[in-house]
Amino acid sequence: MTTLTDPPKESFRLSMLIYDTRYRSMTIQVVAMIGFMLLAAWLINNTMTNLATLGKPVNLGFLTDRAGYDINQRLVDYSNNDSHLRAAFVGLLNTLLVAFLGCITATIIGVLVGVLRLSKNWLVAKIMTVYVEMFRNVPVLLWIVLAMAILIESLPAPRAFRGAEPEATMKLFDTVAITNRGVYVPEPLFSNSLGNIHLFGSSSLRFDLSVDLLVLAIVFGLSLFGIAKVNARAHRIQDATGDRPKTIWINLGLFFVPSVITLIALGFHLGYPELKGFNFTGGTHMRNSLIALWLALSLYTAAFIAEIVRGGILAISHGQTEAASALGLRPGKTMRLVILPQALRVIIPPLISNYLNLTKNSSLAIAVGYMDITGTLGGITMNQTGRELESVLMLMGCYLLISLSISSVMNWYNNRVKLVER
Amino acid sequence: MSNVSFVRTEMLPEQMPPGSSVGFIGWVRANLFDGWLNSVLTVLSLAFIFYILSGLLPWTFQSVWNAASLNECRDIMNETWGSTHGHACWGVINDRWLQLLYGFYPPYPATPTVNVGDGTGLLPAFFRPNLAFVLLIVAVAPVLFTSLPRPLLIVSAAYPFLMPWLLWGGSVWGPLMVAAGFAIGFFAYRILHDIAGGLVALIAAIVLPIIWWMFLASVVATGLESIISISLPEVDSRKFGGFMLSILIGVVAIGCSLPLGILLALGRQSDLLIVKSLCVGFIEFIRGVPLITLLFVASVLLNIFLPPGTEFDIILRVLIMVTLFAAAYMAEVVRGGLAALPKGQYEGADSLGLNYWQAQRLIIMPQALKISIPGIVSTFIGVFKDTTLVSIIGLLDPLGLSNAIRADAAWNGVYWELFAFIAFLFFIFCFSMSRYSMYLERKLHTGHK
Repeated sequence: MTTLTDPPKESFRLSMLIYDTRYRSMTIQVVAMIGFMLLAAWLINNTMTNLATLGKPVNLGFLTDRAGYDINQRLVDYSNNDSHLRAAFVGLLNTLLVAFLGCITATIIGVLVGVLRLSKNWLVAKIMTVYVEMFRNVPVLLWIVLAMAILIESLPAPRAFRGAEPEATMKLFDTVAITNRGVYVPEPLFSNSLGNIHLFGSSSLRFDLSVDLLVLAIVFGLSLFGIAKVNARAHRIQDATGDRPKTIWINLGLFFVPSVITLIALGFHLGYPELKGFNFTGGTHMRNSLIALWLALSLYTAAFIAEIVRGGILAISHGQTEAASALGLRPGKTMRLVILPQALRVIIPPLISNYLNLTKNSSLAIAVGYMDITGTLGGITMNQTGRELESVLMLMGCYLLISLSISSVMNWYNNRVKLVER
Repeated sequence: MSNVSFVRTEMLPEQMPPGSSVGFIGWVRANLFDGWLNSVLTVLSLAFIFYILSGLLPWTFQSVWNAASLNECRDIMNETWGSTHGHACWGVINDRWLQLLYGFYPPYPATPTVNVGDGTGLLPAFFRPNLAFVLLIVAVAPVLFTSLPRPLLIVSAAYPFLMPWLLWGGSVWGPLMVAAGFAIGFFAYRILHDIAGGLVALIAAIVLPIIWWMFLASVVATGLESIISISLPEVDSRKFGGFMLSILIGVVAIGCSLPLGILLALGRQSDLLIVKSLCVGFIEFIRGVPLITLLFVASVLLNIFLPPGTEFDIILRVLIMVTLFAAAYMAEVVRGGLAALPKGQYEGADSLGLNYWQAQRLIIMPQALKISIPGIVSTFIGVFKDTTLVSIIGLLDPLGLSNAIRADAAWNGVYWELFAFIAFLFFIFCFSMSRYSMYLERKLHTGHK
């Protein structure tokens, strides 16, 4: 006969905190937390002591002081009488501008180069390989400085455009002037302008929103919506009957007609740059620093994007192409309907991180004097006010915010296109 | 029945393929002129190559090598070719290449005690940085190529202490005492592990070296120095520059970021919530800000974060920030490798009864690191390229020096030659790194293709 005994009652011993896996993780976490808090307390304590010794306790009041420096390339109005905060805002918009332009051109060049690197033409493939290796293995800062040097040293000065027999002429039917002071391009003007909306009153974040552009954007958005509706209807009919109605003319009409009518109604015309005296007036002036940064960042990032695109296309197995051919799809449709949708899933995550890299690399603008947020808040404002801690922390905060927003938008897109696994 | 066969009974002899589809012509037809689109592309490419080379080759090779200033260069060009356009003035490289390589590092540092590398002709110029570079290759080679003799790894182990002594100079006892700290930790673990158990040994192995470094090392080093004085003339950090500085920052950041990145990746993958969120916070913060802001921290803020009165070297501060930066990126690369491993590997390790660290060391890491080699090497290349950013906070890396050289009246206006030289050297370093990673991938590829 056996007797059942209760298992020995477990009493908690101190050594169980370390040797029992149930408690050990808790111990490690508590130790890590205490360590982290001690480290943070130590750093903050040091900072407070040091700042008190230096006589400049943390204070954001300097942001409302007069900045006193000029920013020549800007998207919103600004004068040197504005505050440091306004200067930082102008810088932030400049960062976003060059990041936006850079991402678009880098994607276009990158996709083109990536596809051409897979070309059957040996010579073309080799040229693209040389391009990719050349840009990937040399620091981006060098490319930026080099682009700036090329623009300043090798382009004609505005005075070369003067006289009856000028040494230099304007490009693209006399509409674009490329000089060593920057590029002058035509600006859009509206003769029946609807005016501007002034946002945020007279605060540092004020900016003017052009109603004309807003209306155009709305009309264009509605056109795109209409096109989507037409396509959806075509899909429905195709699903029901097997015949797809021809939508191309309706779509083209929807794409162009409403926008063109709006443009005519608003009295759209271009303001061309003109040579007045020793410089050009009119048109939009893009400074060398912006062009150099844009160019260098685009070409540099494009080399990385090209590799991603190439890798993405190569990752799709050849059986997919063969199956598409077996279904009777032509090469163009195979690419558009079979290869690209699958390749995109491989391409998008690294593409996001390259967009982020481009945005972060735009902080190198400081090397060519383009006043982005690093140049304003982290450069002149920091040096003038001596508020290193506040400036650098705010600067980091801005970049973190930009990075997180870009990655969340792109992740949302990635989640939409990614393979849904069961 | 007639004996006529309607099918051929003997094989025809094999015929040569048509001349237009084999050999050079066949290759050209298949690869360059295959259809009208390809033909157009080929012709355009040829025109493009011709255009580039027709400008680049004369510029590179019809150039002036011996000149002391840009004006002298231009005079020589005008005499020889009648124009200053389209000819390089390599005189600037000839004149300043030592500066581009070493910055303002003295060729023969002045000597308070020992005649090592003084101007007496005993040792060649730049003996110390050159020796440090040669030793770097010796130290790295056995790590990179497993076919080399294993005892060479002693050099690898000694190098982290030897290199700072060679470059910065000072007493040999300083680096030796730092090394002694690691030895103390190692032996403390060995001895206490059997006596008092693993945990005590681990704590002792961490605490004892820290006590040694903080309180004893400098005292002992000073004492030993007063008994047996072995020292090299000291060189100030501000004198470091050129590719020496780039390689120094690159090597230290690469060397330290890999172990740190692995730890961060493990932390991010772990089940411990607090450890995980600390690691995620660190990684995402560092990856969300540009390196330049971290360099601003190194140049203006790091001294504010440390106890009052701490003044430490600008290069060391930069090294710390670049290492942290690289470690965050490395952590993400390694995490990718960890995530790519099938779950069965973890379960297999568990079923063998391995504990966490054994499983990581023997099963998980070898496979995860192998998967992530391309990413690791491209992070290395990125770090090495990013060392040029230190020119923005005023250190004299090659790009910073190119500005300094242009500031000299003799070379005011020289751009392309300097940029070409710097780009060329960077290209060689980075390109060879990427080729090495391809070699390593092939070597470690044990699966089926």
